[in-house]
Amino acid sequence: MIERLVPQASSFAGDIDGLIWLITLLVGFWFLVAEGVLFWLVFRFRAKKGEKAQYITGEKKEEMKWISRPHNLVLLCDIVIIAMAIKVWVHVKQTMPTADAKVNIISQQWAWTFEHAGPDGKLGTEDDLRTTDELHVEVGKTYHFNLVSRDVLHSFSVPVFRLKQDAVPGRVITGWFQPTKTGTFDIQCAEMCGVGHGLMGARIIIESPAAHAAWVAERSGERLARTGEAKP
Amino acid sequence: MNKPIATTRSASGIPTGRLAVWWVIASEIVIFGGLLGSYVMHRIGHPEFGDYAANTNTWIGAFNTLVLLTSSLSAVLAHQAAERGDGKRAAKLLRLTMLGGLTFACVKAAEWTMEIGHGFVLSTNAFWSFYYTAAGLHALHVIAGVVIMGIVAADAAKGRELQRVELIGLYWHFVDVVWIFLFPLLYIAK
Amino acid sequence: MSDAHAHHDEGWVKKYLWSTDHKIIGMQYLFTGMLMALLGGYFAYAFRMQLGFPNQPVPGFGLVSPNEYNALVTNHGTIMIFWVAMPVLIAAFGNFLIPLMIGCDDMVFPRLNRLSYQIFLVSALVLLASFFVPGGGFGGAWTAYPPLSSQAKFSLTPAGSTLWLLAVALEFVAFLIGGINFVTTVMNSRAPGMKWHDIPVVIWMIVIASIVFMASVGPLVAGAVMLLMDQQFGTGFYDPIRGGDPILWQHLFWFFGHPEVYVVLLPAMGIVIEVIAVFSRKKVFAYKMVLYTAFATGILSFFVWAHHQFVAGIDPRMANVFTVTTLLISVPIAEMLFVTIATLYGGSIRLDTPMLWAVAFVAEFLLGGVTGIYLGSSGSDIYFHDTYFVLAHFHYTFVPIAIIAVFAGITYWYPKMFGRMLDERLGKLHFWLTVIAFNFIFIPLFITGAAGDHRRIYDYTKFPDLARPELQNLRALATVATVVMLSAQVIFLYNFFKSMRSGKRAEANPWQANTLEWLAPSPPPHGNFAELPTVHRGPYEYSVPGRDLDYWPQSDPPEDDAAPDAAPEAAR
Ligand code: HEA
Ligand code: HEA
Ligand code: CUA
Ligand SMILES: [Cu+2]
Repeated sequence: MIERLVPQASSFAGDIDGLIWLITLLVGFWFLVAEGVLFWLVFRFRAKKGEKAQYITGEKKEEMKWISRPHNLVLLCDIVIIAMAIKVWVHVKQTMPTADAKVNIISQQWAWTFEHAGPDGKLGTEDDLRTTDELHVEVGKTYHFNLVSRDVLHSFSVPVFRLKQDAVPGRVITGWFQPTKTGTFDIQCAEMCGVGHGLMGARIIIESPAAHAAWVAERSGERLARTGEAKP
Repeated sequence: MNKPIATTRSASGIPTGRLAVWWVIASEIVIFGGLLGSYVMHRIGHPEFGDYAANTNTWIGAFNTLVLLTSSLSAVLAHQAAERGDGKRAAKLLRLTMLGGLTFACVKAAEWTMEIGHGFVLSTNAFWSFYYTAAGLHALHVIAGVVIMGIVAADAAKGRELQRVELIGLYWHFVDVVWIFLFPLLYIAK
Repeated sequence: MSDAHAHHDEGWVKKYLWSTDHKIIGMQYLFTGMLMALLGGYFAYAFRMQLGFPNQPVPGFGLVSPNEYNALVTNHGTIMIFWVAMPVLIAAFGNFLIPLMIGCDDMVFPRLNRLSYQIFLVSALVLLASFFVPGGGFGGAWTAYPPLSSQAKFSLTPAGSTLWLLAVALEFVAFLIGGINFVTTVMNSRAPGMKWHDIPVVIWMIVIASIVFMASVGPLVAGAVMLLMDQQFGTGFYDPIRGGDPILWQHLFWFFGHPEVYVVLLPAMGIVIEVIAVFSRKKVFAYKMVLYTAFATGILSFFVWAHHQFVAGIDPRMANVFTVTTLLISVPIAEMLFVTIATLYGGSIRLDTPMLWAVAFVAEFLLGGVTGIYLGSSGSDIYFHDTYFVLAHFHYTFVPIAIIAVFAGITYWYPKMFGRMLDERLGKLHFWLTVIAFNFIFIPLFITGAAGDHRRIYDYTKFPDLARPELQNLRALATVATVVMLSAQVIFLYNFFKSMRSGKRAEANPWQANTLEWLAPSPPPHGNFAELPTVHRGPYEYSVPGRDLDYWPQSDPPEDDAAPDAAPEAAR
């Protein structure tokens, strides 16, 4: 359903879309039944001349079952949905698979800064690559991210990943994702952050390992050229 | 203005005035509950609050607790007098309660002046923000109580609206109880 | 006012502006709410035009700048919830109906009641003033998350944010005072003989809603005080740099914010159940069950708040608890809806305008309700949070509540309020246009939301994946439908004001209903009843077997004098 509108580009996008499907089936069923019964009753029991309405209190046992049975079935559906929802949630938000790489995501009014590992493959070293409004990741690798904010709340949202996480000033929030599809997609800021909230987009560029390595080499070359350091 | 018949009915068996005061108190409890709940959450997350709290003066706080408790006692006595129909005595006792409230407010003012003098102001840090906000909100309730009590006492002295003596007493006890929570949270837990 | 009436001036002020009569106060709330609804609708028109046809001047507004856009959205939401839904559903209907339906002459504290409206009016004026101060109106969303809302250097609206907050806080005070009055009145001033299961559902719902409101708003009042201090006195409650916590506000806000949605839902359900019983000539199916589901909803509503904060940076383990509670709350609400639908069974259904609105409420609210499940289940909310899917979800709940159910109530009680009948033909035209247009606004927005449109964005062309023409066409469709829906309200306003002067005169009980308000003349005079009624039976004794009439007013003395539970005549 969702994948028809937005491609799936992370390892857990399919899980989330599957959950959405399950909910659609269960609540869709109830929705259609309830609407069907509603309209059927309205048409079936239109006032007719000389015909009086029935006197039903709804308090007798055999009448109550029309409420108590659906009650139990709805409860059952709820339990199924809860179980699946928690399963997906725990996978996406509560477990951290071992990382192949790390990125730092820094949000501020109204721009994104991304810190990638440089040629040495480690984050937090001299050769880190900093970009604005452009996140480069390699397909198939598991990433851990550290998300911070410099001022107000923002939210790091990547629709193709089905990933969203608010950034809170004063906290470092960690999470993970694993891109599964190359391409260039939107990153959004999904939390009201002031006048420029509507402009606070960025792009995520998911590259093949070769392309990513090339980008790293090119960018660190530029960086070295700029800072005037000698090539190693 | 004529009272509507609605006001004179009592389908629940509880006098309307008392019922309404209970609802007022219930809605105030959640206000203070929210504030104190927030404070406690911060307190748990920030052990350093204990050090800041060391700068409050427990003795002044304790004195004010005593003052409020005594004033509650005279409010109870005023209610008893009103029950007997003795409006004059009820008014006298209410004025004693007001004196307690005023003492509380004056002591509070002196205390704050001292603390501000030491450089602990509203914006110093989250502890002092809570300290002044919570105690300030409570002090506003004390002052409001004193004003209303003045009006009730004036009526009671003329033997009018004696049922209100009980109502303002209920409210006063509530203000008192709030302080009973504030005092340990802000002064004692160091 | 015309000169001929000039000498009545003082009387007019006393009668309509300074009145303590619950009916007049109810009308004051209704008209203020309607005016604010027009304003909220106008705001929606302005920002929807910007979304449908980006960066072109909007007729009747002009070019929408980003900060104007934010202020429009924020205040649209705030107005619709706090100055339309609350005053109309709770205060207008509550004030008008409570004394009439429980058979007494006024509220227990009439002057407090007047004070409540006056504070409410001031709050509305403060809100209006906030648009005109330097920096403009507040634009940090109706949820006002700090630090954006607490520090002017971030929001760039130093005065707007404070006035906005002050207005909301005053509104809360007005409703606290009003609520205490409502609850006390229903507890103490019922007509002799009216036991708790003789109280009409709508009155129960208003009372339960008032109590839920009182119990949930307290922490937010405290939170608002703290926010105000942060804005004006430099405290650091929500500032992480000084030991505060921005997420604290979210907890306080949603601890109120979620129960608040049921505070408006319950009275709307009450109105709808009332109308459905009368127009299908049926006893409400399982009356007591309706009350139990309302209690259950009210209680459960205090334990679901963090479903708005699944991805807000709270401990992820908390999400699991709140997923469970959130999904469980669908059970009592489903039951309430099922009971409402079951009431139709075996009825003799008349599809007058009020009934059309009532049926439409159930039909439309169902979609709003079931889409809540996608959001309540934590796993899928990661994707849907803060998208237009959420937006469409809550408009499918709020519009049925604050617009559709309100119209059911207004068309149903109009004869009692103004002593005249509304025009049925205009009423039906207004109904169909409004309801059809409504679906054409928000079904497309479900789709754009599922495709990733996030909220509070003034221009999607800045996001390449969202700038696709298919999505833009849906946005334009929603905008056109908004214009249609708003235009349809002209029909309503015309009908409303014209019928007040020249509608067919209404009898005391034009719908042949049972509840006590229909015993009083239409419109009821000061004091309501010529003789205060005594209650002899429940409110929904329709089509009782063995009676000629298919209704049986609550106040009619029992036909059989030997009936054992006949209320004593001496009670009056
Ligand atoms: C009066 C308005 C109203 C009502 C009644 C509801 C009702 C519900 N809401 Fe909604 N909601 C809002 C107004 C409302 N909401 C608003 C304003 C927001 C956004 C605030 C903001 O961010 O600005 C919001 C946001 C919101 C969120 C947060 C989304 C996000 O920001 O990420 C969630 C998450 O759980 C949620 C859930 C629910 C649920 C589970 C219900 C339930 O009560 C629904 C229960 C009803 C049914 C389920 C239908 C009937 C049942 C059946 C037909 C049986 C079949 C059902 C099952 C098998 C389960 N709502
Ligand atoms: C009760 C609540 C309510 C109601 C009725 C509405 C009604 C409408 N809303 Fe609103 N909306 C909100 C509550 C409501 N909204 C909230 C809380 C937000 C979030 C704000 C935020 O993000 O901070 C929001 C946000 C919001 C957005 C998102 C903007 C964004 O995120 O960028 C959009 C976009 O299309 C929108 C559109 C509309 C439209 C087209 C209507 C139409 O249905 C409007 C039609 C209007 C009328 C029909 C009213 C006029 C009627 C009369 C004058 C008749 C008399 C009235 C009475 C008797 C009461 N709304
Ligand atoms: Cu950053 Cu919105
Ligand atoms: Cu909610």
